[in-house]
Amino acid sequence: MANEGSRDAKDDGSLPLSRVAGEGRGEGLLRDTGGAKRSGEAGLGMADTPIIRLDGVQKSFGAVRALRGVDLECRAGECLGLVGHNGAGKSTLMNLLAGVFGAEGRIAIDGVDVSGRHGVAEAQARGIRCVFQELSICPNLSVAENARVFHAGLSGFGWRRRAGKLIRDKLDEIFPGHGISAADIVGDLPIARRQMVEIARAFTVTSAPVRLVILDEPTSSLDAHVAEQLLAFVRRFVAGGGSVVLISHLLGEILSAADRVVVMKDGQVVAERPAAEFTRSTLVAAMGSVAAEEKEGPAEPARARSDAAPRLRARPPRQEDGRELVAHRGEVIGLAGLAGQGQTAMLVLIYGRLRGAGKGENGAFVAGDRQQDGVFPLWSIADNITITSLKRLRRGLMIDRAGTRAMAEGWRERIGIRTPDVNNPILSLSGGNQQKALFARALGSDAGVVLMDDPMRGVDIGTKQEVYGMIRAEAEKGRTFLWYTTEMDELRHCDHTYVFRDGRIVADLARSELTEEKVLQSSFADAS
Amino acid sequence: MNAATLPRLARSLLPAISLAIILGAIFWLQPRAASYLGLNLMLSLAVPIAFATVAQMCVITVNDLDLSIGTFVGFVACVAATMLKGGLIALPLVAGLYPEADPATLPFWLTTPLVGWLVLALGIGVYALLGALIHARDLPSIVVTLGMSFVWLGLSVLVLPTPGGKAPDWIRTVMTLKPPYVPLPIIAAVLIALAAHLLLMRTSYGAILRGAGGNPKAIERAGWSLLKVKIAMFALAGLFGTLAGLSLVGLTTSGDANIALRYTLLSIAGVILGGGEFVGGRISPVGAVIGAMTLTLAGSFLSFMRISPDWQIGAQGAILIIVLALRAVIDRLEKRT
Amino acid sequence: MRWLLSRPWLWAYVAAIAVWGATLAFTGGRGGAEVMTAAFTFATFYVIVGLGQMFVVTLGPGNVDLSIPATITLAGAIATKVMDTQNSMILAGLLVAIACGVAVGCFNYALIILLRIPPIIATLSSSFLVQSTAIAYGRGIRIKPPSLLADFTTAQIHGVPVLAVSIIVLSALMAVVLNRTVYGRFVTAIGQNLRAARLAGVPVGGIRFATYVMCAAFAGLCGYLLSGFSGGASLSMGEEYLLTSIALVVIGGSSVAGGFSNVPGLWGAALFLFLVVTMLNTYGAGAGLRYMATGLIIIAVIVAASGKRAVR
Repeated sequence: MANEGSRDAKDDGSLPLSRVAGEGRGEGLLRDTGGAKRSGEAGLGMADTPIIRLDGVQKSFGAVRALRGVDLECRAGECLGLVGHNGAGKSTLMNLLAGVFGAEGRIAIDGVDVSGRHGVAEAQARGIRCVFQELSICPNLSVAENARVFHAGLSGFGWRRRAGKLIRDKLDEIFPGHGISAADIVGDLPIARRQMVEIARAFTVTSAPVRLVILDEPTSSLDAHVAEQLLAFVRRFVAGGGSVVLISHLLGEILSAADRVVVMKDGQVVAERPAAEFTRSTLVAAMGSVAAEEKEGPAEPARARSDAAPRLRARPPRQEDGRELVAHRGEVIGLAGLAGQGQTAMLVLIYGRLRGAGKGENGAFVAGDRQQDGVFPLWSIADNITITSLKRLRRGLMIDRAGTRAMAEGWRERIGIRTPDVNNPILSLSGGNQQKALFARALGSDAGVVLMDDPMRGVDIGTKQEVYGMIRAEAEKGRTFLWYTTEMDELRHCDHTYVFRDGRIVADLARSELTEEKVLQSSFADAS
Repeated sequence: MNAATLPRLARSLLPAISLAIILGAIFWLQPRAASYLGLNLMLSLAVPIAFATVAQMCVITVNDLDLSIGTFVGFVACVAATMLKGGLIALPLVAGLYPEADPATLPFWLTTPLVGWLVLALGIGVYALLGALIHARDLPSIVVTLGMSFVWLGLSVLVLPTPGGKAPDWIRTVMTLKPPYVPLPIIAAVLIALAAHLLLMRTSYGAILRGAGGNPKAIERAGWSLLKVKIAMFALAGLFGTLAGLSLVGLTTSGDANIALRYTLLSIAGVILGGGEFVGGRISPVGAVIGAMTLTLAGSFLSFMRISPDWQIGAQGAILIIVLALRAVIDRLEKRT
Repeated sequence: MRWLLSRPWLWAYVAAIAVWGATLAFTGGRGGAEVMTAAFTFATFYVIVGLGQMFVVTLGPGNVDLSIPATITLAGAIATKVMDTQNSMILAGLLVAIACGVAVGCFNYALIILLRIPPIIATLSSSFLVQSTAIAYGRGIRIKPPSLLADFTTAQIHGVPVLAVSIIVLSALMAVVLNRTVYGRFVTAIGQNLRAARLAGVPVGGIRFATYVMCAAFAGLCGYLLSGFSGGASLSMGEEYLLTSIALVVIGGSSVAGGFSNVPGLWGAALFLFLVVTMLNTYGAGAGLRYMATGLIIIAVIVAASGKRAVR
């Protein structure tokens, strides 16, 4: 019975929109229903059936549980705001909705259970679109051609004109005065315009309707004016019966554009309320952990900062005020903020400068993105550990084999790499143990400054504790650590924390001042 | 905005400017070259090179490289100088089996040029297959086409062990046409550029083909088959390579397995000279044809300068380096603005 | 089994011996030693350029030196002219040939860095210039090599080519450089993951520079020895070495994607390629079939190698 009801709802629900699509002018209807959100709902009949509905969805990547039982509904005529701190599971959820991968639990589209057979093509045919940042456009093609890639139907004589008109009309509608020509090569456009093209393309309609659009940090490279245009369009689109999932770290955007806000933390939905019931501070509070944890405070008493000349100072390239990162001997410096706000770039910059300086200071880098920045996949564990120290391990012109082996063996024991033989391939290790090898590479070198690029991703808790202890011990011997981390708990091990946003340092917290709330506040602060 | 478009404009005009400069220099040194006959003479070899360059460009579009195009062109020339003219019996290998045979009494299947066409079609088929193989097993195209260059060379030697044979009369006629006012090579270059441009830049599937060079993941996610794209691009390369071989044999009138070995490197140089990028699917068919013509003219330029033809290859290299250097300068200017 | 998989070059030797056996089976066992002598003699020249090309390819995708043939020709021409048939100038000729290679290598790397172009395009452009210089310089030069050099490159002791033995020693040295020195370790690291290598403290620019220079220097050496061996420099003496040098690296079991290579495989592959040609010759096959067999072998090897990777 229920099943039948939902099927009816689906048919009713999809009809008006597909008719609109047939006319090729979806925006007309969407626009002139302006204040008539309710009438739209009436027209759709049983609008109670959500476009997409998740029941107890779980998803794991190896040992990491990205989603632990999420219930979520996206309805027509509603903008759903999605917020959460690093690793809360937002992007996993987004990929799931877009059909990039499946998961355990029940997924229903228009009330029809599609668990296990939800794919990208399926999602697109059902009108679910996703703006993957920068990932879904071809930089060597023109704006119109990129629209054509997305719409198989745009072919035959005059396709270029039609594709151009399609994307231009949509750009005009969303971003009036955008200054983009359909003939522009996307790769030649500045990043903001590229993002505008990508967003506009997601809303274009040819054969399949567009009903639900997922926008992941859509305004990250747009200026305030253009961002406002986008949010206004989102409101119009929603008013016309469309649905949008908006992910953003700009809480003001979420509060003004969303009807309903879902707060995620640790792979779960921890709060879900109408947007009107949230304020900035209640949102931040919802994202943070329970207050009880906060009371534990710093693990150790804060030390006074030395007055001596700092070991290094560095200013992010985009920093406009006088703030800079300062690190002394024996300090553990935290780089905090949301992922991808310029922390890694800062570390690479400092690393390059240390190496360029030649003699004197020496830097060692611990990669977080192991596959891309750290591991040499064809080598043994021992080779991976010793690469940075090879120049010390020479006997004459040759590498001292006994010496390298002794070093690798020594670190295997000290840091507890679980392997019977350090000559085994590095890829025979689990992710956490590979990470230990990368730590051994850096700690085993003679570098005075160790730069860590969020190195604890996917590392088990036991290993983490061991490594924390080791960092502390090495710092006491005089080493300096620069530690970018996306985990709040790890900041408690830092003497000093710099919070990054948009490639700039926005807060500078000594250990005594460090609270989760402060970090969240500055991470999510609005541009204004 | 204008500051940003200026370098871009300069970059896209660079191929045409370099061709204009070298033509201008030639006309200045030898005003008589600026005639119908002079242009015809200087540019006739540009036609096969332009075809080969467009073939190479198809492969480069999808981030691969064809090291076999030179020997393939040679193979086509050998086939055209034998089977396309006189059928199977024109092969020295087959002729040996029928000594003393009167051509009139031989069976149809031994004399028909259709066999030649069939072999050429098979050649294009092999190219398509290579595209499929490279995609399916994710092979480095450099090595696969390196192997194929030996295969084509071997086949050419089998077809024509010693230089010789004779081009079919109709190819000969086509390649020596003397249209009024505009010399044939120029008309041919315009037609080649136009055809390649329409095919890759103007058709709706052409956008997909180039997109696969720019961002294969996005193309795949939008529901297109990358396998089909690779097959299409390699088949196109085979087609243009075949046309290069046919036009070449029309000019030389006889075949030789080693006739076009230099085309492999020349065609890569032509694509780059024409403004194409080595990776990322950014190509320019018109530029590639212009690049091929510029490289061809380098030789004439030297002879008018009274410099030994030994330096012809060197002049081609120098032009390539100068143009690449100019491009690097433009890129740097662009970054600064 | 693991021992086998970690030594992909063994296959090249297995194949070489099998082909040799097949040749002998046809001749009824006659001429086996002579075939081997010839194989080692010709393989020597392949291996010299193969060594350089292998180090370049190890640097990772897009790294190939296309200027090897031109360098061989130019170095051969200059060296014969400098030596001018005089035995006393042998050493000077060697130095000039290698210096010529070093100059080409420096030029190649300068193009890569200054024009920010892929190495394959840079070495392609420079090969045009070098080839042309060699043609212009070498035309008309028909100078015989010094008799001592000619004797050395063709000398045999009990059927063992002296030159081959020297180059085997050189290969062993390069194997040590690849596996046991910091330089070799850094080359392999760059080939596996350039960004990770930079972040692990590898001086990427310097290592790449040294590798391109070394490759060109080996090409120069090859040109010098080849001019001695073949009675003088000729304009086309480098031609076959471009494709062969790449083929050796592939058949020898080194990874075309970089980061994984070995020296012994070069010898196995060089012997194998030569013996295949000899076998086909013995069987009466013409040049056409020999070329085709070479090409198909290269393709078969790369397909087989990719299959192995997919399984892992």
